[in-house]
Amino acid sequence: MTETLPDTRTDTAATSLTDPRVLRGIELAWREADLLDRKEYVAWNALYAEDGHYVIPIDPTTTDFDNTLNMVYDDARMRAMRVTRMTEGYALAAVDSATTTRTVSRFVPVEVSDAEVVLRASQVLVAFKRGRHDLWAGDVEYRIRLGATPAEDLIVLKVVRLVDSQAAVPAAGFLL
Amino acid sequence: MTTEITAANVYDLAAADLVQGDRVAGRMYTDPEIFEQEMTRIFEHTWIWVAHESELPKPGSFKSTYVGRQPVIVSRDRKGAIHTLVNRCRHRGASLCEKRTGEANGFTCPYHAWSYSLDGKLRGIPYPEGYEGVLDKSELSLKRLRTESYGGMVFATLDEDIEPLEEFLGDVKVWIDRFMKQGGGYPVKVLGTHQFTFGGNWKIQLENTTDGYHFPIVHRSWMASVDAETADMMSFMTDPEAITHDLGNGHSVMQMVPEHSDLDADDGTEKLQDRFDGLIADLRAAGLSDSAIRKVVLAMHGTGFNLNLFPNVSMSAAFFRVLRPISVDKTVIEHVAIGPDGPDEVVGPVNRARLRVHEHFQGPFGFGTPDDAEGWDRVQRGAQGAPEMPILVNRGAAREKPSPEGWPTSHVTDETGMRAAYAQWKQMMSDD
Ligand code: FES
Ligand SMILES: [Fe+2]
Repeated sequence: MTETLPDTRTDTAATSLTDPRVLRGIELAWREADLLDRKEYVAWNALYAEDGHYVIPIDPTTTDFDNTLNMVYDDARMRAMRVTRMTEGYALAAVDSATTTRTVSRFVPVEVSDAEVVLRASQVLVAFKRGRHDLWAGDVEYRIRLGATPAEDLIVLKVVRLVDSQAAVPAAGFLL
Repeated sequence: MTTEITAANVYDLAAADLVQGDRVAGRMYTDPEIFEQEMTRIFEHTWIWVAHESELPKPGSFKSTYVGRQPVIVSRDRKGAIHTLVNRCRHRGASLCEKRTGEANGFTCPYHAWSYSLDGKLRGIPYPEGYEGVLDKSELSLKRLRTESYGGMVFATLDEDIEPLEEFLGDVKVWIDRFMKQGGGYPVKVLGTHQFTFGGNWKIQLENTTDGYHFPIVHRSWMASVDAETADMMSFMTDPEAITHDLGNGHSVMQMVPEHSDLDADDGTEKLQDRFDGLIADLRAAGLSDSAIRKVVLAMHGTGFNLNLFPNVSMSAAFFRVLRPISVDKTVIEHVAIGPDGPDEVVGPVNRARLRVHEHFQGPFGFGTPDDAEGWDRVQRGAQGAPEMPILVNRGAAREKPSPEGWPTSHVTDETGMRAAYAQWKQMMSDD
């Protein structure tokens, strides 16, 4: 999926963070962060729409994920395999993965309608493993499809643009 | 004459004595002094891979990278010649280029604006009055490294006197030719690069590319995630045809899927994998013949062998793996994805599929790389213990035989490739 977002980098947010639809989006982003820190991958995957994508691009400006090399570009099939990999106990890196804690904040509503909320945010993740803290920082874009109730809200697109996406990052045993 | 490695002598032995044929001392991974020696004796005195020609598609294209720890710029000049220039201004030493890739007319230093042409010649100095009588521009070109290429692979060396690249590659050349057949009749181009670090010595990675023994164990999670046909293709552990050759000069090749070693040798009987049905339909719609489709689809996972070139590049499956030593216990790895370069209606769908195959295994969040990196990290940590106990690279030493070509050959799970690399290391680290 290669959806192009309008470039809103210079806009001031037109919608308040207290708009109930925006609040639902923020709550979902935080729920996802909590599940990932707790490595609850099955529950994490359930937050995604069947047609949803989870992406960590290398090129920080690209929206054409199809035609570029990404660190992660997961559709439903790849996410399902990823959950198996993370939970089955055969992957050396996942079995012994770092403990993580992430802060997602600085939310900016980009598009808000009754059907969909698009948010920008900042994420700082600290990963600790064997005496070492690694820092993963980046901008995150969430496109969230609003359901009939908050429990039915789903992520259609999550893009994590790391500040160092074009440099050498550690090989990771967790998801961002 | 080699001295046995003991607890009493392990820290006193000369570097070359740390390699004893089929066993090596763990100190090779942990001693900062040995690392310093390697950077000069090996990385400044042999051919180091710096680029694939497709990364420099036109005059003015450049790529910044490293030879050992020295930053270099690889550039293509107006006449098409490729140069490797030390990325250091001749004035007071500032780096000229901090962009990884791009296009330029030349390089202008950001500090006092001395400017250099694409081949490194000093072209201009602002306010030149102060230099009258003290400076001859023709003597202040950027330091230029010998640069030679074979089969699109560009190598550079800081040593003016070593053998030509083709001599150094020797029997590797036929394997490079075979590797490039995965273009399916088109030339091969770089599609993108993953970069990641691991907290271990560069030689731990060097060992890995022709280590068939680790594959089903470390990559069990990847094997579980691919379809049965791919998994079957990778089940080479008990296949006697799957072998590793020592190609000389530290180079080796591991044939996991021997029937894919020469992609032109397709007899048409192998079934194309079901997972590529969509791709096959796209290619048929683009007007490709059935035999042309077979060519590109059989090459989706690359060739059936891993070619390991001493000391810093290997050609594996559908990518190049490049290592860059940072310090004794830190290494950067690049996984460079490649695919065919041809008309858009063909290479578009093929390369989109190849990018996904690459992301699945090779990226820093792939299903293969993090597990390899975890293994390598542990070797570095473990090697601190019991320094007198050697690291073993003796698997298959007793069943190694020369191939018809004369290459020492053993089973794909054997450590022939590591012994080849360490013999070269020993020779380069020796005083005589
Ligand atoms: S350091 Fe480059 S011009 Fe002065
Ligand atoms: Fe591996």
